[in-house]
Amino acid sequence: MADATILEPALPASAAKPAAYRKLLRNMGVVFGAAVITIVLLMGLFAPWLGTIDPTAINPIARNKVPGTEITIRTDTGERIKMIAKLGTDGLGRDVYSRVVYGARVSLFVGITVALISVACGLFIGLLAGFFRVLDAVIMRIMDGLMAIPAILLAIAMVSLFRSSVWTVIIAITVPQIPGVVRLVRSIVLSVREEPYVEAAVTLGTSTPKLLWRHVLPNTVAPMIVQGTFICASAILIEAILSFLGIGVPPEVPTWGNIMAAGREVFSLFPHNIIYPGVCLALTILAVNVLGDGLRDTLDPKMMKRV
Amino acid sequence: MSMYGYLFRRLLGTIPVMLVVAVFIFLMLRLTPSDPAAIIAGDNATTEQVAQIRSQLGLDRPMIEQFVIWSGRVLTGNLGESFFFKKTVAALISERIEPTLSLALFTILIAVFVAVPLGVLAAHRHGSWIDRIVMSFSVLGFSVPVFVIGYLLIYLFAVYLNWLPVQGYQRISEGVGGWAQRLILPSVTLSVIYIALIARMTRTSVLEVLSEDYIRTARAKGQSERKVMFRHALRNAAVPIVTVIGLGVALLIGGVVVTESVFTIPGLGRLTVDAVLARDYPTIQAVILLFSFVYVMINLAVDMIYTILDPRIRY
Repeated sequence: MADATILEPALPASAAKPAAYRKLLRNMGVVFGAAVITIVLLMGLFAPWLGTIDPTAINPIARNKVPGTEITIRTDTGERIKMIAKLGTDGLGRDVYSRVVYGARVSLFVGITVALISVACGLFIGLLAGFFRVLDAVIMRIMDGLMAIPAILLAIAMVSLFRSSVWTVIIAITVPQIPGVVRLVRSIVLSVREEPYVEAAVTLGTSTPKLLWRHVLPNTVAPMIVQGTFICASAILIEAILSFLGIGVPPEVPTWGNIMAAGREVFSLFPHNIIYPGVCLALTILAVNVLGDGLRDTLDPKMMKRV
Repeated sequence: MSMYGYLFRRLLGTIPVMLVVAVFIFLMLRLTPSDPAAIIAGDNATTEQVAQIRSQLGLDRPMIEQFVIWSGRVLTGNLGESFFFKKTVAALISERIEPTLSLALFTILIAVFVAVPLGVLAAHRHGSWIDRIVMSFSVLGFSVPVFVIGYLLIYLFAVYLNWLPVQGYQRISEGVGGWAQRLILPSVTLSVIYIALIARMTRTSVLEVLSEDYIRTARAKGQSERKVMFRHALRNAAVPIVTVIGLGVALLIGGVVVTESVFTIPGLGRLTVDAVLARDYPTIQAVILLFSFVYVMINLAVDMIYTILDPRIRY
């Protein structure tokens, strides 16, 4: 065991992979998290074939029906068919089951996109700050300032700047996440810079881009995967919060937050509008968080102290 | 260096942070596609009227000049006039601050009094079922959105059991009983994520201290387990716990916005959402500045508390 840790940096990445895989599969959190996320992902991808109807179709004669009620819907061709509203309908007669299933798409899309963009931006800025002393002071002051604004508040302020759309929400959620990634990347760069192999590379005259690419970037991979997972979880949460407050994704788009927002007024009579999307949301975020904890424990045990 | 010297240096250190916050907020709202002068003038205004309002507001001057004027006003407490509420922003904030402060204080009290003992207990019985329950609760607390918790609690305690009022707020001047009664559900709701955070940190921190030699010494001299945990372990574990309480204020502020909407409490959080919906930029600016300022100051205070908690820390 001790030998393995000492040798690790010298081993090519491909040799370490099978062991990491097996370790991951043995971690309960990773398995549970990945399984739930896969189910939600499949639910989103195959939404049209899961017995759903148009999630935006308004149906005035079937408003606020409790789960299990039989409703009549009109198809595109004008036919009327009877169906069971498995999870009831909302205040505009939209089928809650269909909206919940389609809602998985937006939640995961926002979560994953925010994680990718903020990790990419954070990596870039963090590498700059860690490697160039001149930029460091300026960048870190800006990041300190951004971190002084609570994330949800900053997202709310940014949402107010543009017309509401999925991309507005994604940008608004991404910006507050970047400073955390920058700090993490910078701290990794600063510690890697002291490593003998980096000093050796500098002495040999390796160019800075090559140095960053070859020696620094590989050290950030594991922490970035872990950090990205946690960002994904909070992005899903913040998207739901914004939509729930009525300032996120446009209300007709089926997202879990929007379904709950639509159910707010009649909550005490028809709690199904809040409960089903709420359970989906909580379960998804839980799965992503648990996956993140598992990844952290297996990929990067050192990080537990760093964050 | 004396503590006052340190305090002074740290206060100076908050100036660049707040300056960045101010510049960011200022630029963000100046770069919006919508024209504040047009919003104030209304839909039927002529071009001349809009231009007149623009020069009144100073929006036709260079950006840097505008920023200097704006920050000078903010420093003297002039936060401008709300587009939407037709009042000064300062008046608006002072109206709305009581509910938010009450909610925040209740939440912090509940969170600290529940989370710290839970964390100590989990660390004390490390690896037992109690530990596992506390840790699971902590992961769950981070995952269930605050408004879902809020509605579940409303449904259970207000609609189903009918023990507590569903929503709303009563000012403290209209009776302490009603005030406290209406704050119970919202602050319990809001405290869940905070409890999760503090309990987790307490557990980690106490666990670390428990492996120290002086704990073994304390036990060896026959000190009761309660005294070992609270006098020796918790005291020495206090610094990270207080740190996380301070950092958690960011979560708390985010949570306030949501909780006030769920429970229809007319506080600053609800004001933020209403201001965003109305695109009322002066109010948005002021509220964000205020919340950030409070957050920075609380974390400064936390740094000061370190010296009291741990006399070994010298500056």
